[in-house]
Amino acid sequence: MGSKKRLKIALVGKPNSGKSSLFNQLTGLNQKIGNFPGITVDKRMGYCQLDEMTSAEIIDLPGIYSLYPRTLDEKIVVEILTDKKGEYFPDRIAVIADATNLKNCLLLLTQLIDLGLPVVLALNMMDLAAKSGLSLDVKKLARQLDVPVVMINARQGLGLEDLKAQLVNAATPSSKKIFQPLNGVTIALEEIQKHFNLSTAYEAFQYLQQPENLLFLSHENRLFIKTVAVQQNFFPHKYQGAETIHRYGFIQEVLDAVIIKSGGHEWKSLSNRLDKILTHKVWGYLIFFTLLFLIFQSVFALAQIPMDAIDRGFADLSTFMSKRLPSGPLFELISSGIVPGIGGIIIFIPQIAILFGFISILEETGYMSRVVFLMDKIMRKFGMNGRSVVPLMSGLACAIPAIMATRTIDNWKDRLITIFVTPLMSCSARLPVFTILVALIVPQQRVLGLISLQGIALMGLYLLGFFAAMFSALLLKAIIRVKERSYLIMEMPTYRMPKWSNVGLTIVEKTKTFVLEAGKVIIAISIILWVLASYGPREVMDHSRTTVREETKHLQLTEEVFENRVAAYKLEHSYAGIIGKWMEPVIKPLGFDWKIGIALITSFAAREVFVSTIATIYSLGSADDNATIKDRLKDEINPDTGGPRFTPAVGFSLLVFYTFAMQCMSTLAIVKRETKGWKWPLLQLIYMTGLAYVSAFIVYQVLS
Amino acid sequence: MARPKSVASMKPGETAVISGFTDEELSIKLLEMGFLPGTVVRFNFSAPFGDPICVNISGFDLSLRLDEACTISILD
Repeated sequence: MGSKKRLKIALVGKPNSGKSSLFNQLTGLNQKIGNFPGITVDKRMGYCQLDEMTSAEIIDLPGIYSLYPRTLDEKIVVEILTDKKGEYFPDRIAVIADATNLKNCLLLLTQLIDLGLPVVLALNMMDLAAKSGLSLDVKKLARQLDVPVVMINARQGLGLEDLKAQLVNAATPSSKKIFQPLNGVTIALEEIQKHFNLSTAYEAFQYLQQPENLLFLSHENRLFIKTVAVQQNFFPHKYQGAETIHRYGFIQEVLDAVIIKSGGHEWKSLSNRLDKILTHKVWGYLIFFTLLFLIFQSVFALAQIPMDAIDRGFADLSTFMSKRLPSGPLFELISSGIVPGIGGIIIFIPQIAILFGFISILEETGYMSRVVFLMDKIMRKFGMNGRSVVPLMSGLACAIPAIMATRTIDNWKDRLITIFVTPLMSCSARLPVFTILVALIVPQQRVLGLISLQGIALMGLYLLGFFAAMFSALLLKAIIRVKERSYLIMEMPTYRMPKWSNVGLTIVEKTKTFVLEAGKVIIAISIILWVLASYGPREVMDHSRTTVREETKHLQLTEEVFENRVAAYKLEHSYAGIIGKWMEPVIKPLGFDWKIGIALITSFAAREVFVSTIATIYSLGSADDNATIKDRLKDEINPDTGGPRFTPAVGFSLLVFYTFAMQCMSTLAIVKRETKGWKWPLLQLIYMTGLAYVSAFIVYQVLS
Repeated sequence: MARPKSVASMKPGETAVISGFTDEELSIKLLEMGFLPGTVVRFNFSAPFGDPICVNISGFDLSLRLDEACTISILD
């Protein structure tokens, strides 16, 4: 009787081999998504019962073609597979191969065999291979490689029982030695193998080839390897090329022996015909921009209904709690600080879910690589690449999901530039600020009876944001220097229908990531902002009621108007109000007074808060009615000039400020998560605020 | 001596045999993707602005930038 066992199983294979589908089939909703420590590479783990006695922890590693990595994603795979003492080192490896393209998939397999790791080869997409007419002797393939081979269909979940059984059994590595390192390096390899006590010569060869990629090695150990390499005149590039050619020679021999009839390409003809249209110089762009427009509209419009419901729900909950809970600072913190803070996180879920639903469909169908193909040349001029287009355009709806979507960009510099400039694209949260200010300063007139001036102003603001993003990208392209070379050697997969369960799981995964990881920072900042806006020096705040009562005793105020006055008085004398007054000299050159200053501080939580703060400070109570706010703003007098406070100069200055400023703590939180630290979000905050300040300054000084 | 022709100079529908590489660092990556000397490469089509391009190598469609394609030498 054996006791219960827990195995660690790694799924490896090239991109588009169906690895994620297999992972989803094996683990279902039993997934844990996170990051590998210290870097921004998704870590997907899950659990699966292999048989009655054996359960498995499954880790889905990023797609790779060989053990020689170029990107962060690929490096983590090599590190895990070579670090025998590591936390993630697997007991078994399942290599997923695309049966329609076996040759490329077997390269990695031969390297894993030489490392002495126990592998099972899973031939995926056997249905497509059969359709192409391919016929091969699977038993002979297993004998030639000396590894178990199973046929699966990961999309439909066929052959999984067979795969599980083989994974339980496959304890012994293949006896084959495919690549024998050349004579010139034997002494170096023996030395390394002995020093590190390694079981195979190929493992020693990996140490010798790429010590800088094996992060688990200590500094002394790396130095040791480098000394050995220098002593033995070792040059890595030469040997890597020779190794690959040797391996492909072996693979060709194996394939020649096991393929009974090779497949044709007729099954791809529909896909090829689609490519003629989808990458066409007119239709290609037309279709792409139409799709993009539809996605953007859906994120914008479809999300509005659930977002409004969430907004109202949390506002009601907050009011309900503040009425029902006993008074006291702790309960106030809960009802007015924490509850709205959580609401501020939940409200992003509809947009994140919708955007990632679409992105996942684009990836699943194979269309995403065509988008990259179409847009690469243009985007490269701005220091980004073809994959930057979808995040940038999604930034028009909301920067949060857009920045999360930059993970598909595998080059670090391109990704960083995309993250940095995306918040300059005018998101939907700027719209409430834009509409109220545009309505205030731009006359409601039509040019040629058709085009509304206000519409033109609004469009101008969106274009302004877009050009600022492109300009900033150019700037960053010149500034940032990285060693990593940018590649676009990318597979163009055959088109196919999306697998809906994969789409669903992506949505769940992205939403969870946002709530759990960016949520912490958002809650913290929103509580700080709430404290600033609701507390002030005690002696003033405690007497706010009596003071307002005193000031207004000769006026016949209704209870409601009185309460609004008290709220305005409290905000004015809160810490936020004090800061607003304190920074008035700084923002005066932009045409802003301390009241706008307070709104700038509170709307750091989210831009749309500007409107409700303005409503409070002008004693308007709730901010339900835009027209009321507009009229009140119109009447506001500038004591210095005696004229209206919101002149066109002030209005445009404020509009430009909101177009450029990083007035969104959630964006900062997500940038911190995606860049692994506070350096980039803080630089972004400084850059965007600086840009906003200087531009608003110029606008105000020129117009006034 | 004239420079050898490269994949970048091919036309849609054309096929050629790979003879070698001119960029050592890139060649390792290209070899791994199946661009082996002696293998037939087919030029499928190029993106609207001529860059990147899509090629087929042993039944497998790949996209390449022109500055990557021009490091792959071909025999006519």
